[in-house]
Amino acid sequence: MTVPDIVAFALRALRGHRVRTALTMLAVAVGVAAVVVLTALGEGARRHVVREFESLGSTLLAVIPGKTETTGAAAFVSVTTRDLTLADAEALRRRVPAVRRVAPLTMATATVAHRERRRQVVIAGTTSEFLELRRLQLGRGRFLPAGDIARGSAVAVLGAAVARELFPAADPLGSVVRIAGQRARVIGILAPRGVQLGMNLDEVVVIPVARAMRLFNRRSLFRILLDVHAHADLARARAQVVAVLRERHGAEDVTVITQDAVLSSFSGILRALTLAVAAIAGISLAVAGIGIMNVMLVSVAERTAEVGLLRAVGAGRGQVAGVFLAEAGVLSLAGGLLGSVGAAAIIAGLRVIYPALPARPPSWALPSAVGLAVAMGLLFGLVPARRAARLDPVVALGRG
Amino acid sequence: MIRLEHVSRVFHVGDTVVRALDDISEHIRPGEHVALMGPSGSGKSTLLHVIGCLDRPSSGRYVLDGREVSGLDDAALTEARRHLIGFVFQAFHLVPRLTAAENVELPLVFAGVPRAERHQRVAAGLAAVGLSARAAHRPEQLSGGERQRVAIARAMIMRPRVLLADEPTGNLDTASGRQVLDLLDELHRGGLTLVVVTHDPTVARRAERVLLMVDGRIARRMAPEDILGAPGATA
Repeated sequence: MTVPDIVAFALRALRGHRVRTALTMLAVAVGVAAVVVLTALGEGARRHVVREFESLGSTLLAVIPGKTETTGAAAFVSVTTRDLTLADAEALRRRVPAVRRVAPLTMATATVAHRERRRQVVIAGTTSEFLELRRLQLGRGRFLPAGDIARGSAVAVLGAAVARELFPAADPLGSVVRIAGQRARVIGILAPRGVQLGMNLDEVVVIPVARAMRLFNRRSLFRILLDVHAHADLARARAQVVAVLRERHGAEDVTVITQDAVLSSFSGILRALTLAVAAIAGISLAVAGIGIMNVMLVSVAERTAEVGLLRAVGAGRGQVAGVFLAEAGVLSLAGGLLGSVGAAAIIAGLRVIYPALPARPPSWALPSAVGLAVAMGLLFGLVPARRAARLDPVVALGRG
Repeated sequence: MIRLEHVSRVFHVGDTVVRALDDISEHIRPGEHVALMGPSGSGKSTLLHVIGCLDRPSSGRYVLDGREVSGLDDAALTEARRHLIGFVFQAFHLVPRLTAAENVELPLVFAGVPRAERHQRVAAGLAAVGLSARAAHRPEQLSGGERQRVAIARAMIMRPRVLLADEPTGNLDTASGRQVLDLLDELHRGGLTLVVVTHDPTVARRAERVLLMVDGRIARRMAPEDILGAPGATA
């Protein structure tokens, strides 16, 4: 008896009970679709985050004051954190050859006013290189002037939303705004960008870093952003940055994070989340397997006389088991394929409704969902198949 | 062809022991036509099952076609059924969802005969029982006589040496019963060994030899013409 013969026989048996077959297939299909759709959502979220990070560039480094890694003996060594200063930023530019751009950054919240209109916004104090480092687009005018970073002229670049709200009619370029009470001339407006990693870049005002530190009475920078020429330079540049700052501060009191590290940990977390969701959805496949077992047990009971007849005409125990196992296999495979089609339709629908989320199942999801469905079908089909194979042919024939 | 030596078959039902076959010795020659008669519960069906390798004797020797089968395992008995034995049942035992042709094909499928050869043999088999026109019908679309002829075609498709029939006309009217019996006679004339279980004297009278069973033993061995006078021959 060949495999096509067994499958043909199984198909015949399944077609004899259309409703029962359809419902069992539906249970498997729901399980497979759940796995595929949920992993597609998880994977979509991961892709979304990765894309956001990648829009910042993969050659980015950030120096943060304070040592956050407290591993081993270092935890017991007290490190007095020294300020991260503009001089540090300049030193990094001079002494780390791989560095391409440096942008010191200080952050504060302040009121920005133009005549009677006022607004509470985030003030970013930085330098001219910030624009390219964060890959921002200038809408109109100029960005912060290059040159001596310690100078801090009274200029400001407005985020798109800030410009729109403070200047509903007039042209902001060349106008004077008050930032925390101090005058500054508007020299440029950022192109609309929207939210990037939780920070709404349309709602910031960018001013020279030296001025921001005076204005808000800061001694330490919020962080220093750097980028290197090529991704391959990242590790070496990171070590050099740490070495330079250790020399200047007398101890290692800064944390240097790379975009890569943040990205890979985020990506890892979301991947684990996707797996967890897939596992939970997988439970529904186990439930579907129990459904298959139930249907197959009923089928064996109904067809006892048929089993007797098959044994009488020369079917071996293994062949009888194979016939029933094939039925369970065909049921679960057909259900799995049905579920795949359903999942594809649901995912296509999701992409229409939420175009921002690149919902697509990871490559392993579909084959493993269908594979798991078939494995469940065969596993749960084993008990009914063995029961059929072990029937005494004489007794079975008597049940005609 | 069939040699039984001191064959017993014992069933344990709860605490009681039922001797369905009690020390039976019998020899059925190749090509012989034997009828098994006897009242219900006399053990004739059990004997048929033992002869057909569906059941194993509890003790004694059974030699089928020169080969001892009493000690064989399930796989070997399956082989023996597949190649040496054909079964015909009172209840036909056709698979309801399969067509006549597919029912006839079943033994070939399980024996692993290639598809092309199967179709040829099924067509020939159905023609031999005069049902070529009914090949695509399902059992429910066939009359009782036609169903039993399909069952005979199925039993003969592996070209067995022995055909075992358990009340082959029990569910049929007289006319279709006669057709079925004529068909069995024709097969017998072709050299087939035929063992028919029946309690119908008109069926048994077609045999060459009649064994009358009572309480698991062969009570009398008769010529067919002696049936009517024999006590217990009719149920």
